[in-house]
Amino acid sequence: MPYLGSEDMVRELRRALSNPNVQSDHLRYRNTILKVVRAMSQGVDVSGLFSEMVKACATVDVVQKKLVYVFLCSYASLNPELSLLVINTLRKDCQDPNPMVRSLALRNMTNLRLPSLVEYVEQPLTAGLRDRAACVRRVAVLGWAKLHKLQASSDIDAAVVNELYSLLRDPDPVVMVNCLRALEEILKEEGGVAINKPIAHHLLNRLKECDVWGQCEVLKILERYRPQSEDELFDILSLLDPSLLSPHPPVMAATLSLFLSLCSGLPAASLSALERVRGPLLAACGSASREMRFTALCHIQLLLRSLPGLMGAHYKRFFCGYAEPAYIKQRKMQLLVELVNDENVALVLDELKGYCTDVNTDTAQAAISAIGRIGRSYSDRCLEILTGLLGLKQEHITSAVVQTVRDLVWVCPQCSEAVCLALEGCEETVQDSQGRQALLWLLGVYGERVSSAPYVLEVFIDGLRSEVSPGVKMELLTATMRLFLCRPAETQDMLGRLLHYCIEEETDMCVRDQALFYYRLLHCGIEETRKVLQGRRSDPSLGVLIGRPAEPVNQWARSFNTLEPLKQSAAETESTSGGSPEPVTSVPRPNTDLSLSSLSPSPVDKPPNGVALCFLLLGALEKAEEEDYVCMEEHVHCPAPPRCSPQSLQAALQLVNVQTLAFTPPQTLPWRVYLYTHTRNTHRSTLILGELLYTGEERVKKQPRDDTALKGFLSILATVLHTLSSERA
Amino acid sequence: MISQIFILSSKGDHLIYKDFRGEAGSDAVTVFYEKVTALPGDQPPVVMSHGDLHFVHVRQGGLYCVATTAADSSPFTVIEFLNRLMALIKDYCGSLSEKSVRMNFALIYELLDEVVDYGYIQTTSSDVLKNFIQTEAVSSKPFSLFDLSNVGLFGAETQQSKVAPSSAATRPILSSRGEQGGKSEIFVDVIERLCVVIGSNGVVMKADVEGEIRVKCYMPSCSEMRIGLNEEFSIGKSQLRGYGAAVRVDECSFHQAVRLDEFDSHRILRVCPSQGEQTVMQYQLSDDLPSAPPFRLFPTVERDVGGRLLLYLKLRCDLPPKRSVLLQDATTTHTPLCQELSSPDQSAELQPHSRAVVWQIPRFPGGTQLSALFKLEVPGLSSASMLEVGPVGLSFELPKVTATGLQIRFLRLSPVQPGASQRWVRYVTHSDSYTIRI
Repeated sequence: MPYLGSEDMVRELRRALSNPNVQSDHLRYRNTILKVVRAMSQGVDVSGLFSEMVKACATVDVVQKKLVYVFLCSYASLNPELSLLVINTLRKDCQDPNPMVRSLALRNMTNLRLPSLVEYVEQPLTAGLRDRAACVRRVAVLGWAKLHKLQASSDIDAAVVNELYSLLRDPDPVVMVNCLRALEEILKEEGGVAINKPIAHHLLNRLKECDVWGQCEVLKILERYRPQSEDELFDILSLLDPSLLSPHPPVMAATLSLFLSLCSGLPAASLSALERVRGPLLAACGSASREMRFTALCHIQLLLRSLPGLMGAHYKRFFCGYAEPAYIKQRKMQLLVELVNDENVALVLDELKGYCTDVNTDTAQAAISAIGRIGRSYSDRCLEILTGLLGLKQEHITSAVVQTVRDLVWVCPQCSEAVCLALEGCEETVQDSQGRQALLWLLGVYGERVSSAPYVLEVFIDGLRSEVSPGVKMELLTATMRLFLCRPAETQDMLGRLLHYCIEEETDMCVRDQALFYYRLLHCGIEETRKVLQGRRSDPSLGVLIGRPAEPVNQWARSFNTLEPLKQSAAETESTSGGSPEPVTSVPRPNTDLSLSSLSPSPVDKPPNGVALCFLLLGALEKAEEEDYVCMEEHVHCPAPPRCSPQSLQAALQLVNVQTLAFTPPQTLPWRVYLYTHTRNTHRSTLILGELLYTGEERVKKQPRDDTALKGFLSILATVLHTLSSERA
Repeated sequence: MISQIFILSSKGDHLIYKDFRGEAGSDAVTVFYEKVTALPGDQPPVVMSHGDLHFVHVRQGGLYCVATTAADSSPFTVIEFLNRLMALIKDYCGSLSEKSVRMNFALIYELLDEVVDYGYIQTTSSDVLKNFIQTEAVSSKPFSLFDLSNVGLFGAETQQSKVAPSSAATRPILSSRGEQGGKSEIFVDVIERLCVVIGSNGVVMKADVEGEIRVKCYMPSCSEMRIGLNEEFSIGKSQLRGYGAAVRVDECSFHQAVRLDEFDSHRILRVCPSQGEQTVMQYQLSDDLPSAPPFRLFPTVERDVGGRLLLYLKLRCDLPPKRSVLLQDATTTHTPLCQELSSPDQSAELQPHSRAVVWQIPRFPGGTQLSALFKLEVPGLSSASMLEVGPVGLSFELPKVTATGLQIRFLRLSPVQPGASQRWVRYVTHSDSYTIRI
């Protein structure tokens, strides 16, 4: 076909359509119409041919009819007057002996979406509801929903609603499901179709007759039904149980969703339902369709929030395939991070290490940060891999490693030695601003241990003029200040230059203000500066240390089987455990080893508004460091600090509902225990974060005390916590 | 509930657009394509949103099949539906490609009209649909190299045509009305996808098989068919049957329509296939392959005196002899190379954008060994860059082989069909992901 502009094309087509010779030869006629529709679907505006197409509608050729209807439905709203002409043909077709023609006419009549036609449509629709052929009834039922949408204001006749309700007993399952759908839309204001006991049981009994799509629809609507007795509930559950194992993921997901809503008061039942779907979900993860795999992966992530151990044995299923798209690989890595345990950590890390050199830089960086997350519990192995990666001298890898290491060191300060050694030489490879900020931060905080730190900073300061990122500049200011505090001789000169540049020449207001701030701070004297810059630092990751406590299913059940889990970005899951912003500033940075201790599941996931957070510090013999806390410091003079094994202490604390977060190893000083507890009043909930600090002299260091001493201590602790929480509440 | 469905070519041409509910404007198509092109790489996320519009798409045969929907609709349903729609289009048009969609757009509109009404899925069963679909398919040339260029990464469907006894399996199902009407054929395919990771020390770290039995039926009306599997086929770990080498799978699920009354005793599936393609049975096996993985690699990575990276790969195929394989093999590394391959019909090239050497082996007889030597110029080669070499990913297709050992003993149509009916059983194993670390 020669190339024609759209106007020429329309003219050409119009000529062909109105040519009597073409009209008499039905094959040629059909072909011309085909061309019109083709042009339409390619985006050419062929609305000008409307009147010609209306004429073409009156034909016995079903294929031609269908084509014309495709056209008419697309353009009817532009030509309401001309569309009136079609109605006659359509109404005539509704009387046709062939049910296919009847359903076609009825469907397209309602698809024209013209409010002016409503009066002509109602009568055939009413007739359609009682048609002999199921296919006509299907169309008619949905037709009422379309009609309702066209004139939402006018109420649909109650008789029609009743008729739709009675059609729920239609022998054709699709008619039944369509009735549900139509009623759901028509009765939207009243909260959708009413599901009483007879209807619910009727739907459940006919579930088997429906196809996959119908089943999903019915299951979804049944979520609204509340069984009246426990027996009924369990009858329904056992009836639905086989569907949990359906080979069709949509049915499985819809059933699970219904299970979760029915069992919202029975956590044990919902957990066992989650166990049941493990097989089908894993099968969906291996589906041939990668979109389906992705969906299954995202939903497994949801399930793991409540049952962290659900997939433990199947971690290998989440190893990435060679040719899988990046979005699947990244989800799988997030899952692998959650499935790590003592047995599989070596294999998982080995696998993740392989992804770090992936060609796709996003995947590589995701792999590196995944290793970093695992490093919070298995720091040595992970650091070895991460520092090994620095040797590759690849820009994006090094940058990701430096950022990961920064985050890791924040949580596991014991890693700092190894990190400091690895940092040398990175500055040449890291190019992007995020990576350089991370590097500068590390140099600032650990400057005294990285011998080349001043020289690296000097290079940065010399290149300041060509620096574009304000983030890097601010980080450079802070890092230089910090380094100045520990290595003044080497840094003084460059700090002067840096401050001078930033105050005099810098155009970015934030950078300039920060430089001014540091400048004035220096005027206040070195001690003041030190207090500000090297004071206690926040440790936002304490929440992470505890691992994720199992959430109750209700937290996420609503978003199950919706698009929500598929959209959640990686960053979001990363930050969920970050904790609340203001309380953490008062938690001291632990300088000592923190060994992880497992925790019992307790519902502490960002309590609702009105959280009072306070910090309780219990010093055993001496007062701890001098500093003003936003929160509370409490000194409990306990004759003998409990220096027992973490396990027994933890168990004991749990008796009084105090959860431990982390311990220092038993023999170290200062010895710390981080703990939290959670109280709920009627109108307000309180989360208490506490640190037990014992900085006693060597002579007080004693082996575990007897139970009574411990109990005494705990009762004190409990009363203190109790009074505290009641005060606060 | 689906608001719109549209099909775009990989270049963004509008092939099909249908609006079911009139809620979102037709500019959604443009919005979607803009979103796709704005992303780096060729892998847009499955769900994208633009205001209240949520796009869910699947990608098959180089086409984007997109549905716009509300936020609370089930992703499982939408994605399964889109996959099913693509399968239907393939059934009706013969193959799934930009060309066949272009040629058969009228048919596809008709199909969409029957399958979805007002955004609600009505039916996707080809038995029901065949009564409604009137337009005849225009089939493109049965098989051409052009179609192969659209082979998807997991091209189980498209690559299948290469091993088909003829191009018969890629014709439209509705041709019965046409001149080819007399030819009633049924294909039963056992398709397995292998997912293997082999460590650098040669130890199999992971081996999964996902398998399915697919029936593609061209008979206008098919009576009951009985598919006999190996007698010693067993499911799960505990249960072992027969005296021969067990054929074992971990989990197994069947299509709704399959009747299993004879499955427990004789391992016979009874099914009345409807026209078109359907998966009768799916099964998985993890970590316990009955035989050794089909390929082993013996790599050597060295630095030669000139500072080049020497990559010597020796690949062995452990299949029984006389089985040949189509193979493609890729390694991640750097820039210019010279190569020595052990046979002239192989080829190798370096793909700079993906930093991979691709070594193509058209045929690889079982029990033999091939080798290749690549010399790569790597700027700034250090000992650390050696770590970056690898892994080796193999993509291949093993005709007439199943990794689990599942076989079809017999295929019977119980009331014998009048006229000549042909029954085909085909086995093929694809590499879903076959990774060997170096």
